Amino acid sequence: MRAHDIGSSPFSRNVRAAVFYILAIAMSVFMFLPFFWSLMTSIKPDEEIFSLPIRWLPSHITFEHYQNAFRTVPFGLYFWNSFFLATMGVLTNLFFGSLSGYAFAKLRFRLNKPLFAILLAAMMIPGVVTLIPSFFVLKHLPLLGGNDILGRGGFGLINSFWGVILPGASGSFAVFFMRQFFLTLPSDLMEMARIEGAGEFRIFWRIYLPLTKPALATLGIFTFQAGWNAFLWPMIVLNDPAKHTIQMGLQAFSYNYQTDYGPMMAGALVAVLPILILFLFLQRYFTQGIAFSGIKG
Amino acid sequence: MSSMKSLGRHEARTAYVFITPTMLLFTVFTVIPVVMALYLSFTDYDVLNRMNWVGFANYERLIHDDLLWRTFRNVLYYAVLFIPLNIAISLAIALLLNRAGLGVKLFRTAAYLPTLTSAVAAATVWLWLLHPEYGLVNALLGYLGITGPAWLAQTNTAMPSIVMVTLWQSVGANMVIYLAGLQGVPEYMYEAARLEGANRFQSFRYITWPQLKPTTFLVSTMSIIGALQLFDQAFVLTQGGPANATKTPVYLIYQQGFNQLQMGYASAQAFVLALSILIFSILNMRISKSDETFV
Repeated sequence: MRAHDIGSSPFSRNVRAAVFYILAIAMSVFMFLPFFWSLMTSIKPDEEIFSLPIRWLPSHITFEHYQNAFRTVPFGLYFWNSFFLATMGVLTNLFFGSLSGYAFAKLRFRLNKPLFAILLAAMMIPGVVTLIPSFFVLKHLPLLGGNDILGRGGFGLINSFWGVILPGASGSFAVFFMRQFFLTLPSDLMEMARIEGAGEFRIFWRIYLPLTKPALATLGIFTFQAGWNAFLWPMIVLNDPAKHTIQMGLQAFSYNYQTDYGPMMAGALVAVLPILILFLFLQRYFTQGIAFSGIKG
Repeated sequence: MSSMKSLGRHEARTAYVFITPTMLLFTVFTVIPVVMALYLSFTDYDVLNRMNWVGFANYERLIHDDLLWRTFRNVLYYAVLFIPLNIAISLAIALLLNRAGLGVKLFRTAAYLPTLTSAVAAATVWLWLLHPEYGLVNALLGYLGITGPAWLAQTNTAMPSIVMVTLWQSVGANMVIYLAGLQGVPEYMYEAARLEGANRFQSFRYITWPQLKPTTFLVSTMSIIGALQLFDQAFVLTQGGPANATKTPVYLIYQQGFNQLQMGYASAQAFVLALSILIFSILNMRISKSDETFV
């Protein structure tokens, strides 16, 4: 309650509480409605999807739209592809991001400041600039995908999962995020471990990294969500239908089966489900990530 | 002294080993592409044939490219609709939920939930919600006695439809940012205002709103950057139509580069777009740096 409420009568306090709950519930219902409606559509029989006036609840629940969606297109495969790509994104970013974040935060070397400044500045470069040249680079990586030493003749990493994984494997954001966290940790842990003769990687891996678990969780969730929801870049790199992601599959489905709203909603819900489940269990890490990314833009 | 020196060298060597993977990936997938983006924009690269240096021909062409400027006007229109609504709605929700109490967490979650959806899934769901005949939106309007339009098929409502979808997806995140901003407004200011006899509206007008200026600015520049990069929603909801009413710069660059394979020309377009995005990114950076309360 705000300071304003002190000293007001119980009656006006009750009115105010009632107004608050009415507004808050109305807002929540409105925000939740698209979820509710797509869920209802996905379990309604076809004739009830297309009925006037609209039917809020199905007369009976059917899962045929889910079966239909998975039969028409290989959603299971797409799901797995997306899961693999998002997970690889998480693992690589957590590892490389914390490794170099640790170096920038805790180790002294001459190029520390300038290199970090360059990484930071690069965060402002919009993805659209590198869209075409990154494609070019992937296609002409030497000795990969049938290319010769000069990067000619083959397809490079086009049509390969690595073409999606590698460009995002150590995002500047991950490095920056982890560095900020390592900065808050004391340096004398490192000195003590050195006196006891521990190797540098061991100091990082065994002493410092375990202390960053909350940061790793936030960054991991953030990266997973970004990888799972990615659309344009995977669409450019992965032409082979067997390598399509769930977002690409969903888009193609809604484009090719424009009136099959039941299966379409089933597909959309399946595409959203992993993130919702993650959110359910790890809610506090999500909002931390948002507050932080809000700062960084 | 010499051992100190050798420790320093040892530490530096470790550091370089640790940052090598990151710097390598950064060089291959950021530095080289950025340099190449500029280079390609002066060529006629089309994947299939040998590329030729064409000088400023691509840039001369894009000055007269009506469709390109049309896409910029489209996102400008989008931003003009989106930004004030985004600020108004996310600030209103933040003000509403900036309190402790039964159910507040649940309400915040409800507002936040849409931000979890992918642009493609959200757009797919709204494709159905905005169905002219059987869609939920027009059904709700029907309860109020309003005949809703064919949202995505009409040139005048297609862009507002996209705004509606992205608003639904983004007000939750901006609410979180505003909530953080509201925490930063010192309580004594409200107390002083109350002693002066200010009502709720006045304390919002003269304290909350000015205090939140940096937050509002941040939310706005982020919205503009987002608007200039709009793609997924337009691709799924309207395919840029009807009559290019919702075609965005990224959409055009994607088509020019990857469908028509005019990658040289598309690179020039991308460069122009990138410069316009960069202006707002720098503004954004400035403001978030100057506002220490955030960090």
